[in-house]
Amino acid sequence: MFGLNKKDTSLLIIVACLTMFAPFILNPFPTDSGLAQFNAGYPDLMQRFVIFGIFAIGFNILFGLTGYLSFGHAAFLGVGSYSAVWMFKLIGMNVIPAIVLSVIVAGLFALLIGFISLRRSGIYFSILTLAFAQMSFNLAYSVLTPITNGETGLQLTLEDPRILGVSATADGSIPVTNLFGLEMRSTFEMAVGPWAFQFNAGYYLCAFIMLAAFYLSIRIFRSPFGMMLRAVKSNQQRMNYTGLNTRPYTLAAFVISGMYAGLAGGLMASMDPLAGAERMQWTASGEVVLMTILGGAGTLIGPVLGAGFIKYFENIFSKINDNVLHSWFSFMPDGMEDAVVFLIHPFIGKGWHLTLGILFMLVVIFLPGGLVEGGQRIKGWLSGRKAKDDGKAAGETNPAE
Amino acid sequence: MDAILLQILNGLDKGSAYALIALGLTLIFGTLGVVNFAHGALFMIGAFCAVTLQRLLNLSYEVVDETQTDFLGNPLKVKTPYVEAWFGPEFGGAIIDWAVPLAILFAIPIMIGVGYVMERGLIKHFYKRPHADQILVTFGLAIVLQEVVKYFYGANPIQTPAPDALNGVVNLGAAIGMDIVYPVWRVVYFFFAVVIIGGIFSFLQFTTFGMVVRAGMADRETVGLLGINIDRRFTIMFGIAAAVAGLAGVMYTPINSPNYHMGMDFLVLSFVVVVVGGMGSLPGAVLAGFLLGILESFASMNEIKSLIPGIDQIIIYLVAIIILLTRPRGLMGRKGVMED
Repeated sequence: MFGLNKKDTSLLIIVACLTMFAPFILNPFPTDSGLAQFNAGYPDLMQRFVIFGIFAIGFNILFGLTGYLSFGHAAFLGVGSYSAVWMFKLIGMNVIPAIVLSVIVAGLFALLIGFISLRRSGIYFSILTLAFAQMSFNLAYSVLTPITNGETGLQLTLEDPRILGVSATADGSIPVTNLFGLEMRSTFEMAVGPWAFQFNAGYYLCAFIMLAAFYLSIRIFRSPFGMMLRAVKSNQQRMNYTGLNTRPYTLAAFVISGMYAGLAGGLMASMDPLAGAERMQWTASGEVVLMTILGGAGTLIGPVLGAGFIKYFENIFSKINDNVLHSWFSFMPDGMEDAVVFLIHPFIGKGWHLTLGILFMLVVIFLPGGLVEGGQRIKGWLSGRKAKDDGKAAGETNPAE
Repeated sequence: MDAILLQILNGLDKGSAYALIALGLTLIFGTLGVVNFAHGALFMIGAFCAVTLQRLLNLSYEVVDETQTDFLGNPLKVKTPYVEAWFGPEFGGAIIDWAVPLAILFAIPIMIGVGYVMERGLIKHFYKRPHADQILVTFGLAIVLQEVVKYFYGANPIQTPAPDALNGVVNLGAAIGMDIVYPVWRVVYFFFAVVIIGGIFSFLQFTTFGMVVRAGMADRETVGLLGINIDRRFTIMFGIAAAVAGLAGVMYTPINSPNYHMGMDFLVLSFVVVVVGGMGSLPGAVLAGFLLGILESFASMNEIKSLIPGIDQIIIYLVAIIILLTRPRGLMGRKGVMED
């Protein structure tokens, strides 16, 4: 189907089902039960899942296929956000032109940076991309303030021209982002018994776009172009010796992944029309690296899993506090309860980054293939040695280089 | 002329910090072949060694002094640091005042220990893994170290003043008839950095240990075949590199109040410095550190800023990009380092 083989088609269908039914799947606990805090089925978080999914899918096209580790990808996301917000300010609140422009601008920006950075490989490439991203970040904070609004971040105002729309709505407020009239923030709530499911227009727009992005990435992975990128990863020197210039291929991969990042940035701005320079900081670039590695670099589903995993646990861990812990461990004797809570305390709430750092180290040390490799290993153990060998033969989890 | 000299001086103290961190990074890279993204965290840990010592020295007990009253009329609680009780108020007070320089002695064993544990516990297992894996695992380690420090010390910058005697300003230009007023501590920092850098170079150049390490950097296998336990020496070098970063951090605390993410801020810049200097070249790292520090301070002059707005923010990255594109191995890089 769609020019995919059977395995990929089923993967795509599974992902499609998961994203389409996400409001149900992520909301397994009734609203008033004690476990409701583990629900993730509210619009804001679901949007983040798919948007960062897109970002990570794009990053994976560069890192997973070619092995070039970019430490500056957040710059493209930031540029995408800024262009989208400018589109809302100048043209109108329809998200389509904004998203299109953010992809184009991020693509051009990636072309420029990639053209220079890709002259070098290995760690030099990482440093060059890092340098460019930090440069953009610093500029966005200082000199480019007329465009980026500096520290405050770019926001919509009532004075914006919006030539195809209105500067202000009838009741004098700033109009909201929409898709041909369908407001991105509009949410349909469905109550089924004790459960409440939310269906958000913005989420579904992002989800459809992510599915398209995912489909495109499968096609890239399976195309001759993808083969070429993998060849670059395994032995670039040999490619050069055969008389082939690899740079156009790596540059194309870089631009494509930059456009994915721009798309993610554009969507982010469409869901919540503001853009700030901190989106471009190198820690933000580090985050997408974490997502991709955690999920499994070089695999199709890995980056999406990693993005979902990190964003879900970021949200959950940040919400848990000592009171919640005490209620969980209240079955223990008093002293022990306090001790357990004391031990867990550094890892929750604001300590989420600590947990993330440890988790990330463990994954890099023991599971270079990420969650996907972990899943395959578990599958191997469950179904015996034979299946494990099959998993290896499929060769989907080459450790990242 | 005064202004130019002043900018050079301004660049020297930042340049010293860059040079020290870059020197440590290069030592680790040159010996172990590991790209250490956690090096900034070591700098930060060093700075927090100073904070810790300062807090330890300020540990005090309270005595209710009946003769004095506070503004509410209650008897005043007088806090006396233990150090002052033990050594008398004068000498004890001096010890507290000199907490930051004293932290050098405190930090060296700690940093060597941290470096040793890091190398044996984690980095040892990554020699054979690709550079990207090394970057990633040390990046993860940096996040962990940073968060641990944040957990214990909070997220706000912590003031750690220099000793009163070194806190003022000095007119460096008096001897040559010019007026260059400059903070004393920054002069101290520069000389401290020069001493450390000189120490490292002479250690490598004039001791047997250093000779073996240099031989190991050139050809690890052959040195190993000669029956020398080169891994052990490299581990020690890792400890020394960690100590250099830590000391740079200790001495930097009066210039910039330490906070938990100071390491990350310096790390990015020091990597740029290492790459500009040439991966694996120790003199290159030092040279590039000072060079970029001075360039940065020149770019932040108002005259230049009005000519090219924003140049102060991006000068280092811009220079790095230009150098990497014109001299791919950096200023003093050797052939065959990181070119696979």
